[in-house]
Amino acid sequence: MSTNYADMQLVGVKRENDKDAEGRTEPTVGRETKPAERIDTAGADPTAHDDRFEVMADMFQRWIPVLVLPLITFGLLLGGWTWLQSTVSPDLPTPVQVWDEAVFLLGDPFYDHGPNDMGIGWQVLYSLGRVLTGFGLAALVGIPLGLMMGASLSMRRALGPVVQLLRPVSPLAWLPLGLLVFEAVNPSAIFVIFITSIWPILINTAAGVQAIPRDYTNVSQVLRLGRLEAARKILIPATMPYILTGMRLALGIAWMVIVAAEMLTGGVGIGFFIWDEWNNLNVASIIVSIFVIGLVGIALDGGVALIKKRFDYAPA
Amino acid sequence: MSHYLNIDYLDMTFATPRGPLNVLNNVNLKVQKGDFVSIIGHSGCGKSTVLNIVAGLLRATTGGVLLEEREVVEPGPERAVVFQNHSLLPWMTVYENVRLAVDKVRRGAPRAERDAWTLENLERVHMTHAKDQYPGEISGGMKQRVGIARALAMEPKVLLMDEPFGALDALTRAHLQDEVMKLQSELGNTVLMVTHDVDEAVLLSDRIVMMTNGPAATIGEVLEIDLPKPRERLVMADNAQYNHYRAEVLRFLHERHKNPESEAA
Repeated sequence: MSTNYADMQLVGVKRENDKDAEGRTEPTVGRETKPAERIDTAGADPTAHDDRFEVMADMFQRWIPVLVLPLITFGLLLGGWTWLQSTVSPDLPTPVQVWDEAVFLLGDPFYDHGPNDMGIGWQVLYSLGRVLTGFGLAALVGIPLGLMMGASLSMRRALGPVVQLLRPVSPLAWLPLGLLVFEAVNPSAIFVIFITSIWPILINTAAGVQAIPRDYTNVSQVLRLGRLEAARKILIPATMPYILTGMRLALGIAWMVIVAAEMLTGGVGIGFFIWDEWNNLNVASIIVSIFVIGLVGIALDGGVALIKKRFDYAPA
Repeated sequence: MSHYLNIDYLDMTFATPRGPLNVLNNVNLKVQKGDFVSIIGHSGCGKSTVLNIVAGLLRATTGGVLLEEREVVEPGPERAVVFQNHSLLPWMTVYENVRLAVDKVRRGAPRAERDAWTLENLERVHMTHAKDQYPGEISGGMKQRVGIARALAMEPKVLLMDEPFGALDALTRAHLQDEVMKLQSELGNTVLMVTHDVDEAVLLSDRIVMMTNGPAATIGEVLEIDLPKPRERLVMADNAQYNHYRAEVLRFLHERHKNPESEAA
């Protein structure tokens, strides 16, 4: 049961493992033995019902922990919330109030009554736009730079200390500089996301290059591949899983940072939407936003995980 | 006179944190065209270092290698290597792995010709059926076959093999040894193979080069294997001459140049 729980938490990891087990060395062994086992036990046990019952019982057993355990957690969460609301913090909206707000907000997510009054769907899309732009720029800069850093000791020496110095700084600290340089909030927010995303991409890409086994570079040398050819045929494909891990981390953090950045910059976006609703004392709306942000975060992560799956290779 | 492959006065010293370490000392070896030469010795005696210097992956501290009177200064496909751990690129299919080499050595040839040459080499090692599979999906023996196909596709002047069957189980190893023997008799390749398997060395080689233990390892003895080819594994098992050669190598390895680790124990 605990493993099911772990599987749920690490959706991406589970997918990768699945692929390793299914696509590569021992395809579907586990799957094929299961029905056989079922028939075996059915035959051995004279009191067993027909196969259909067995299949249903099997499904039941498999899905119960996956569905029921998280439901219990959600139930406890709701219970605690209701208790907190009714005792310590009566200002907190009740779950019912939040549900009503969710129905209201998500019922018409894409209305547009001018820049100060747009549906939550627009808010999310504006934030996503900034995140993807900053993230995309960071990938554009970070991947080549990371490849160079990984491949060349001089580059590592030149860039390493700067990266180490800047990496632990909260990306929000860069916001004033962005505002100063760009003199506009939107590019500044994108700039903050760029700074957020570039470190994980850069560092993972460089680590990926350095982790390339000596065997692959030997092959490249024996074949006398040119620089560009070696990059295209060996360096980049070998590093791809690392690059995508970096991108996955970067996107996750970027999606967290955008909320804070937008609270500071204002405008349309889920971060400022939350801040605005706080000023309106509409706490129910804030809680709905939290869930929406979480769901979008899952979708983003799942998206990168899917791309990663395409480029992963089984170690040979 | 100059031979096909000359390994002359090789000295190799690595810089280590504990000072310079002399691995090879004055290694000299001549190989004739079409010869199958094995280098045998205990682990750590530097036999792979010799091979890597011939491959051009390492530069000797002093001395050098001449192939057809040209000095070896860098790696190249005319000295194709079958690596111990196959070194297939896992993101490419079996076909693509061989094709990568073919595209390199047959640059400028029509696409159809390169395709045909790729398939021909896969067929030589009986791997055509798995051409669209990835290295992670095939067995160790199959991977090594593909590694051999890739090396053969380069039509090397010298085929270098670095313990090519070391990671395989005994049965697969025997099977692949037979195939390499067959391929070599068909194609007449010049082969330099590093091994620590006595039977493998005697069965496959025209000459066995026995190396002393390191540091400062050098060639202890060279044994000519004067057995008619093709050799049959089962026939050889009862052949007095074969067993004599085998005993020679064993005596060298276990009497005169005992494994330094077993001596310490």
